[in-house]
Amino acid sequence: MSSSFDAVVIGAGHNGLVAGTYLAKAGRKVLVLEACGSPGGAAASEEIAPGYQVPTYAHLLFNLDPVVVRDLRLERHGLRYAKGAMATAALDRDGRHLIIGEGLEGLGGRGIAATDLSAWSDMSARLRRFAVTLAAFLAKTPPRLGSGGWDENRTLLELGWKIRRLGRDDMREFLRVVLSNVADLVEDELEDPLLQAAIAFDAVLGGWTGPRSPGTVLPLLYRLTGDSAGLPAARRLPQGGVGALTQAMAGALREAGGSLRCDARVARVRVEGDRATGVVLEDGETIAAGSVLSSIDPKRAFLELIGPHHLDAEFAQRANQIRMKGATAKLNLALSAPPLFSGLDTTQQAERLLIAPSIDDMEVAFNALKYGELPQTPPMEIVVPSLADPSIAPDGGHVLSAVVQYVPFAVKGGWDAVREDFQTSLIAQLEAYAPGLKDSVVAAQLLTPADIEERLGTSGGHWHHGELAADQMLMLRPFQGAAQYATPIDGFYLCGAGAHPGGDLMGTAGRNAARRVLRREGTT
Amino acid sequence: MIIRRNTVEARHREAVRPTPFHTRTSAACLSNEWTTWAGYTVPNVYDDMTYEYFTVRNQVGVLDISPLSKYRVRGPEAEAFMNRLLTRDARKLSPGRVAYALWCNDDGHVIDDGTVFRLGEEDFRLCCQEHQLGWLSRSALGFDVEIEDETAALGALAFQGPTSCAVLRRAGCEGIETLRPFDTRDFDLQGIAVTVSRTGFTGDLGYELWVAAADAPVLWDRLFEAGALHDPRPVGLAALDLLRLEAGFIVTNTDYVSAELALRRNRGRTPFELGLERLVDFEKGHFTGRRALLEAQRQGPRRLIVALDIEHNKPAQDALVYLGGKKQVGHITTAAWSPTCKRNIALATLEAVTARRPNPDLRVEIYVKKELKWRRLMARAKIVDRRFFDPERRRTTPPADY
Repeated sequence: MSSSFDAVVIGAGHNGLVAGTYLAKAGRKVLVLEACGSPGGAAASEEIAPGYQVPTYAHLLFNLDPVVVRDLRLERHGLRYAKGAMATAALDRDGRHLIIGEGLEGLGGRGIAATDLSAWSDMSARLRRFAVTLAAFLAKTPPRLGSGGWDENRTLLELGWKIRRLGRDDMREFLRVVLSNVADLVEDELEDPLLQAAIAFDAVLGGWTGPRSPGTVLPLLYRLTGDSAGLPAARRLPQGGVGALTQAMAGALREAGGSLRCDARVARVRVEGDRATGVVLEDGETIAAGSVLSSIDPKRAFLELIGPHHLDAEFAQRANQIRMKGATAKLNLALSAPPLFSGLDTTQQAERLLIAPSIDDMEVAFNALKYGELPQTPPMEIVVPSLADPSIAPDGGHVLSAVVQYVPFAVKGGWDAVREDFQTSLIAQLEAYAPGLKDSVVAAQLLTPADIEERLGTSGGHWHHGELAADQMLMLRPFQGAAQYATPIDGFYLCGAGAHPGGDLMGTAGRNAARRVLRREGTT
Repeated sequence: MIIRRNTVEARHREAVRPTPFHTRTSAACLSNEWTTWAGYTVPNVYDDMTYEYFTVRNQVGVLDISPLSKYRVRGPEAEAFMNRLLTRDARKLSPGRVAYALWCNDDGHVIDDGTVFRLGEEDFRLCCQEHQLGWLSRSALGFDVEIEDETAALGALAFQGPTSCAVLRRAGCEGIETLRPFDTRDFDLQGIAVTVSRTGFTGDLGYELWVAAADAPVLWDRLFEAGALHDPRPVGLAALDLLRLEAGFIVTNTDYVSAELALRRNRGRTPFELGLERLVDFEKGHFTGRRALLEAQRQGPRRLIVALDIEHNKPAQDALVYLGGKKQVGHITTAAWSPTCKRNIALATLEAVTARRPNPDLRVEIYVKKELKWRRLMARAKIVDRRFFDPERRRTTPPADY
């Protein structure tokens, strides 16, 4: 059996669904193919014990593209928020926690020195100004280097102009810090170790970098560009779990007339006469398509779906050398009782919690990662989504979701040997902040970067489909020559997190890619 | 993919890196005039360059070409690998045949050119001027091939000139006269396995012999014994440079800069700019540089390599070329007085617009030193066919028994 579509999208994660929906809305006959049994990709929920729905991978929204939300009318398709504009509680072992207000506003909790209060007020405002400068650029298709085209150069000029418009002092400061490391940035101005580490955490989340790794300020600014209901960098919790986001997107796709097929793994993209003409599924079925969009990571997209035979040698090498070693694991717990983090009041328990005592603690955990070892006390981002959204756990039960940073893809001795001990040590680490938690664990799910690669197919299990670093961002994302959604293979496009602007649950890459497809169609 | 480097580490620390024929070449090198070629030490002139040149044109010359970079490509995807590497169709090359080919980077700029031997269905050998293991390794990503650097393991001799066939037959290469140009065949010379190909860099009747390094000196001796009647002589690199110019052959990093060495992106050269568009096949499937070359073909070349016939008899090496005596339009990369053609010849790179003009008024600025006194000549030049010397015997099979 064979069938034919205007566009086939590979992968029904958020970017794949967004790209498919935009194309369907433009009147194209669209099919979105998903290898797993249900859509969602990294924005999925699953039941790990009867009645316990955990956010399998990502657990918060904080830079979802508002244009995508509006264009796809996601709220009409059921996207609701159980909790908006979450604050962050940076946990202290002695219970003197630090509370950072939503949108970086206000510091509370432990006694913060007056100097830190005013320094943070200056710094957070400054970082937001820098983020606004970058934000306009992130929404656009990045320019192609060396093309000499006016359109391309205009985008570069605009960025230059925006940086210039920051004013002399801000511009100098922006250029001084933009490629430096986040530890230097915060240590220069702030004293409090919890505050320093909380800022640094956002700069390295999901990446293979420590706070002292060069270039970590840029991902921080990139994260601050997101806004939730007007609040920059504010986290939100979707009602019904993160999977509800992609469910809403799948609804939008259906309404726009697009089709979705699950359990359909693409084996390769069919290339004829240097043009993508469709896909071949693992079972041999061929689906013809005018355009093929890939939301899977660019390394696999080029080397496995297209294949080096159809690529220039240097191009294939660049695809192979995308830095995408996953360093982030996920711990999901089903609990029979609410976890009680000592020293936090009831509302604070439901905020975003961080375990990152200091920059040095983070760097020590990162050291272990470098040598394929397990960190003793890895930094964690913890959410108990069932506190705000009881629908995802049985009565009295709760769900705890923790993003665990600095977990190696390939651990010394192999995962089979150390998995159980590591899970126990992570629960013990939580127990130290929330006494009694250990005894309430009904079920636990630990997903290492290796598990994530196996389940989602992302090379290295990298959360962002490629490290977010200056050499892999903007016009260099995923690498030079492939950075504008369109690829050297006519009709083959990248629409996933590996394309600009990159990872997290944004949807911008999917939207930009769809626009690129429509523009390309218009010119031929 | 499997990459075998086979580097002879200790050799890098020696001032003289000998070829497998070194014991023989050093005994024959009366001038003590040596040069380096890809890290090896080889004679530039054995005795007298002019004499060596005429040896090849009139009888048979023996050149130690062992420093050529030699790579073996084997495996189930060897053909697919070669086809993706080269700009011409490797699938059309049958076992037992050799092809002149070139390869480009992603920008469609030539990296190097050389000869490709198809030794079997899944077995190729690539011989070229520059070290290419890095490029071959990088190109092998995703291909089921094994690439081996055979440079040090194989000795190579060019056996060139009108009497080359006769001498090889006497040496024991039975049926050598049936070898057509660009054929390759294995021979057993009294226990020595030798691969002989009818290829060369002199534009004359000639062969190239490929032999295990250990057997190299014995092969040398056998050839000279068998040729006693025809008096083969060793020939140095200086003579080869003149011979190849007469044949119109270009040399990487002399007549054009390899894309691997070009620092500025626009200094690389497409096959079209080298005048080698016949080696580019757009219909054979994808190869590295194909998309860039399609675009380059659409835009047309910016520069072209042309052959020049220059007045007077003073070689115009490295001279600038002017249009109408004023506007600089290019430069000469190789030049010499051709003793056989009796012409002052050169290869030059010119702006394409000028090179394509009918009868452009070209002047070449030649500096001549006479008794330490410099004179400047503005010699007229005209664009001619690149094959200055192209004898019928180069193509005839079987070759005449001189």
